[in-house]
Amino acid sequence: MGAATKIVTDATFADEVLLADKPVIVDFWAEWCGPCKMLSPILEEIAAAHADKVTVAKFNVDENPQTAAAERIMSLPTLNVYVAGKLVKQIVGAKPKAALLADLAEYL
Amino acid sequence: MNDIRNVIIIGSGPAGYTAAIYAARAQLTPLLFEGAVTAGGALMNTTEVENFPGFPDGIMGPALMESLRAQADRFGTEFITDDVVSVDLSGPVKSVTDAEGTVHRAHAVILAMGSGYRELGVDGEKRLSGHGVSWCATCDGFFFRNQHIAVVGGGDSAIEEATFLTRFAETVTIVHRRDSMRASKIMQDRALSNDKIRFAWNSEVAQIVGDDKLSGLVLRDTLTGETRSIEVTGLFVAIGHDPRSELLGGQVDLDAEGYVITQGRTTLTSMSGVFACGDLVDHSYRQAITAAGSGCAAALDAERFLAVLESTGNAHP
Repeated sequence: MGAATKIVTDATFADEVLLADKPVIVDFWAEWCGPCKMLSPILEEIAAAHADKVTVAKFNVDENPQTAAAERIMSLPTLNVYVAGKLVKQIVGAKPKAALLADLAEYL
Repeated sequence: MNDIRNVIIIGSGPAGYTAAIYAARAQLTPLLFEGAVTAGGALMNTTEVENFPGFPDGIMGPALMESLRAQADRFGTEFITDDVVSVDLSGPVKSVTDAEGTVHRAHAVILAMGSGYRELGVDGEKRLSGHGVSWCATCDGFFFRNQHIAVVGGGDSAIEEATFLTRFAETVTIVHRRDSMRASKIMQDRALSNDKIRFAWNSEVAQIVGDDKLSGLVLRDTLTGETRSIEVTGLFVAIGHDPRSELLGGQVDLDAEGYVITQGRTTLTSMSGVFACGDLVDHSYRQAITAAGSGCAAALDAERFLAVLESTGNAHP
């Protein structure tokens, strides 16, 4: 796990994502998901480069099934962007860095 | 002119990595483009690979790819984890431009871009992608515990996915246009003897139903044209692949279906110094081991091509 991203769990999701001051990009992932592994280093780079604007959180759906179900995650990887407790954007599937940056531009 | 490489490999499935292992051992210091999110190729989305020789107990697709990559790395392959956006394959020096706009040049190029998932082309498929419609059973099967789901397709990958998904789902309905499977005998037997698997023969998906998540499908009978509805919360599409040859923009000859045409038993394309291997050229076998084999052949063909260049004084290795 990289240093730039933050691990969030069922127990901490409300505090660290929904009540956060900054926008939070949550990466819903699991160990058995090949494309998630491809996306991971890209997110580390984005987290490091844009730490002033957003928090990038890693959420393991295998270990934390409650929130994954509540947020209606049905595919991995899924990136959800939360601003002031509200889901404002969802990106399903792994994408190249340039495409992700374009999709996330308004929050970075 | 020391910035011209010997060989650039585009693509990173079993074909690309094997080409890199051979080219690197031949001290050609290959540069391999893995693709930003497709690194590892089609096997990254698979579960257990049972038929790759040398692994009597099977091996997970992603683990096999990590091993191949490590082996290519060991002999000095240089990797770029980015997409190639354009190529110029004409002339003695080929150029390859990555997504950041950097141009890389080489005397030889090995094409190993593989193939991409074919889509159904049914309304709602894109909209509900990630909300019940999936292309990756290993990624998403987990979310369909005790639910009723469908797999479209009749080949090995469809049957393998359906069998894998029975670990989670209550029932898996295989929707197939014909009245029998194309899959190998062992996969067919496995599916036919699985209590959780049902079959919708002679059926195709006419409609994908659901507002913000999938709730069902309308199936059309391919013989009578009659339609019927089934309730499913998940739809896994496994109707095959199409070669990823768009990047080439007609610079090498393709066949009617978009596969790169190679000469005889070699990996030579219509363009001098350009070689092709793996699913990009393969209509008929499409296995990890055949892709690896053709990747090896491409590296050897490229090595011979470079040796001739060097002996005629044109190369700068």
